[in-house]
Amino acid sequence: MYGPVTPEEPAYAAIDQGTQALLRPAIPPYLSAMLMKPEDLLIPRREGLYCPPGDFYIDPVRAVDRALITHGHADHARAGHGHVLATPETLDIMSIRYGTDHAHQTQPAGLGESIRIKDVTVRFHPAGHVLGSAQISVEMNGLRIVASGDYKPRPDPTCATFEPVACDVFITEATFALPVFRHPDAAHEIARLLRSVGRNPERAHLVGVYSLGKAQRVIRLIRDAGYHGPLFIHGALQKLCAYYQSRGIALGDLRPATVESGAKGDFAGAIVLGPPSAFGDKWARRFPDPLVSFASGWMQVRARARQRGVELPLVISDHADWDELAATIQTVAPGEVWVTHGREEALVRWCEMQGIAARPLHLVGYEDEGD
Amino acid sequence: MNRFADLLDMLAFTPSRNAKLSLLQDYFRTVPDPERGYALAAIARELDIPAVKPAQLRQLIASRMDAQLFAYSYDYVGDLAETIALAWPEASGSARGRNDAPGLTEVVETLMASSRRQGPGLVEDWLDRLDPSGRYGLLKLVTGGFRMGLSGRLIKQALAAFGGVDVNQIEELWHGLTPPYVELFAWLEGSGEKPVNASAAPFRPVMLSHAIDGKDFEKLDPAEFVAEWKWDGIRVQATSERGISRLYTRTGDDISATFPDLVDAISFDGALDGELLVARPSGAGIETGSFSDLQQRLNRKTVSAKQLREFPAFFRAYDLLQDGAEDLRARPFLDRRTRLEAFVLKLDPMRFDCSEMLEFDNWDDLAALRAEPPFAVIEGVMIKRKAAPYLAGRPKGEWFKWKRDPFLIDAVLMYAQRGHGKRSGFYSDYTFGVWREPGELVPVGKAYFGFTDDELVEIDKYVRNNTVERFGPVRSVRAGLDKGLVFEVAFEGINRSSRHKSGVAMRFPRISRLRWDKPPAEADRLETLERMIDGGP
Ligand SMILES: [Zn+2]
Repeated sequence: MYGPVTPEEPAYAAIDQGTQALLRPAIPPYLSAMLMKPEDLLIPRREGLYCPPGDFYIDPVRAVDRALITHGHADHARAGHGHVLATPETLDIMSIRYGTDHAHQTQPAGLGESIRIKDVTVRFHPAGHVLGSAQISVEMNGLRIVASGDYKPRPDPTCATFEPVACDVFITEATFALPVFRHPDAAHEIARLLRSVGRNPERAHLVGVYSLGKAQRVIRLIRDAGYHGPLFIHGALQKLCAYYQSRGIALGDLRPATVESGAKGDFAGAIVLGPPSAFGDKWARRFPDPLVSFASGWMQVRARARQRGVELPLVISDHADWDELAATIQTVAPGEVWVTHGREEALVRWCEMQGIAARPLHLVGYEDEGD
Repeated sequence: MNRFADLLDMLAFTPSRNAKLSLLQDYFRTVPDPERGYALAAIARELDIPAVKPAQLRQLIASRMDAQLFAYSYDYVGDLAETIALAWPEASGSARGRNDAPGLTEVVETLMASSRRQGPGLVEDWLDRLDPSGRYGLLKLVTGGFRMGLSGRLIKQALAAFGGVDVNQIEELWHGLTPPYVELFAWLEGSGEKPVNASAAPFRPVMLSHAIDGKDFEKLDPAEFVAEWKWDGIRVQATSERGISRLYTRTGDDISATFPDLVDAISFDGALDGELLVARPSGAGIETGSFSDLQQRLNRKTVSAKQLREFPAFFRAYDLLQDGAEDLRARPFLDRRTRLEAFVLKLDPMRFDCSEMLEFDNWDDLAALRAEPPFAVIEGVMIKRKAAPYLAGRPKGEWFKWKRDPFLIDAVLMYAQRGHGKRSGFYSDYTFGVWREPGELVPVGKAYFGFTDDELVEIDKYVRNNTVERFGPVRSVRAGLDKGLVFEVAFEGINRSSRHKSGVAMRFPRISRLRWDKPPAEADRLETLERMIDGGP
């Protein structure tokens, strides 16, 4: 009766955000616990999170034979694996970043589709982090663990919205797991950017954005705020912006931020987007009296903004903030929470206070590329 | 409250002076009375409201959130007011989004009418009604914790530009005005009369000089000028009227509270321009202290009896602007000087004297005097036209400062930091060091000007090619006995400093030459700088 699950008969259902009544797995938790321990299904190893019965890793930080990838950020998606299972968008993004030969073999996973790997069933569910990002549900003998990768519950016009998935163990990120991180409405931050552009018509605004996800979301938000002029982008953003556009996400008039596209004076009043690392570079010298901005959840803390020499900090993050982490854990209502990459201790403390079993999962090698 | 919080944030994050000026003007233009006046008072530190202490804030947050979670948060953020503003648990349900967030005006007026004891309770209620940005503005306001690097002068310049009036007019009025400055704004916007200066002992905008060097003298006739020493203290104005005595800096900041010993010794009715120094009794007269001595007395809210005893404040008079009811500023310098000498004779000689005039027939005589000043605390000579009236600002052709040649040392570049604005993309702020031991460099100062644009490009390239480590916008640069970039650094003075690792602090250091030719091993040693403290260049 606990045989392979077919897609027509899901033993669980994805639930809408905010829904309190959860559909639990068909097997009561006490029974599943007798059948299998979570540590038998997923364990942290130096290479990443490992599933012994399926012999695969989730987001391994070094090359392995079989990898399941949650999303395309460099600290989660690396080149050189034997076999990669990921959403079609994540596979495309990996090809763009590392070349089409980044793995021996790739296999696309549709959202919600059940895939059997040995005795384990895996499914990909939207994580709302960047285009193609997914949580990975791993299930065997009635025990389900969801490795959520990086996620954000709030709506994002550039990717599918996060779906909470009922599970026995929820593995959550903790990038912004401190009560001080409460991301404001991103539209409000974009309005601040546009006000600053209006106030400084002679200066070029250099907006620091990570090339995957943040760049396209910020561009889309700028368009949604009614700004339809050309936006200038650093070469590092170009391919991924083109890819988003090919996937139906309209980004408007994007032009390369090169000297050929304009003399120094032509960038007066312009909005230029690029990876923050480029701003210390010679590249920045082509702009008139640049005003350095940075769109990141870290900009919430003023000292971080000052340290980086940012004049206009924009608090825009692709991760869950403190309130969203708490609300997600309450909605998913897992039997146990495992906390990884970030400020584990604060989130574990919060879980303890709520009477939810929790422990830090010490995984190494994740560096918030897409914060 | 959010408009005020935004203003604080923008002022703090904007490095450029011009951008700060335009932010302030924007604020004055778009925010109505009396809120803009209270914000002005807050950033100019003219707001007298009961302060809330950090310990009281800690108690408030302890009653609202888990101590462990707060500790993690504070540890990460590092600023108490900011941590509380961000982490304060928000009301949920019906209380959330209620439309009663207090504005700056409500907060300031309520606090002004309250006792110190009521402060924490009021703050707690407001924290519940505000969002994170509003909470940040509130907590910065009640703790007085602004660090924006805004001078009183810059704030007054913003007001002047906003109203299209001369900044000296603002300075003359400033000390007679009180928050929320409704009359002032009405005048600046053209809807009201210029406020009448109601204060006793107002500040009078000062007269400043132009720098001069050797070749400029051909055009000047020595017979039309007098000269005196330029003392290395703080230029101040001592004013007393109707029993009120005040000491102002040259930008009109009232520093009376820091120098009670000097202010108490003011026994005249009038206004003197002069130099604030430290001078100790010596024999029948006094002996002038160094600038380091004076530094012991600067930027202090309270002065200890020991400081008053060891570093007595002293006023060396240069000019007399007001004598009783008579305004002397339109008279020629020589007239004022005669009156000044008679005026100072009546004052306490342990606190006041008159700057000595120098005898010279031609500029070479003066050059000889300048080359060998009798005290280390002299930083050059002042040259003044005999016929010059006392004019506010920096009028052309009246007063000149001829500074002593700067101190020069050879130092090694150690760290470079990225610049802002027009210098974005360049490493343009440099920390340099000298040898304490062979092989051990100790940082002694920072400089970010003195080089040409072309030299900046060369230094930037050097920094990038010789980076050892990066810390955010800062790079440490290779600097050893045989490899490194030597700067010739010019500076105006040097003091002992316990706050610097090297024990010395330079004044106005700048890069005077790039010494690509010089091996770093031949840069100066710390001992050389220590000797300069007592001696000279
Ligand atoms: Zn990510």
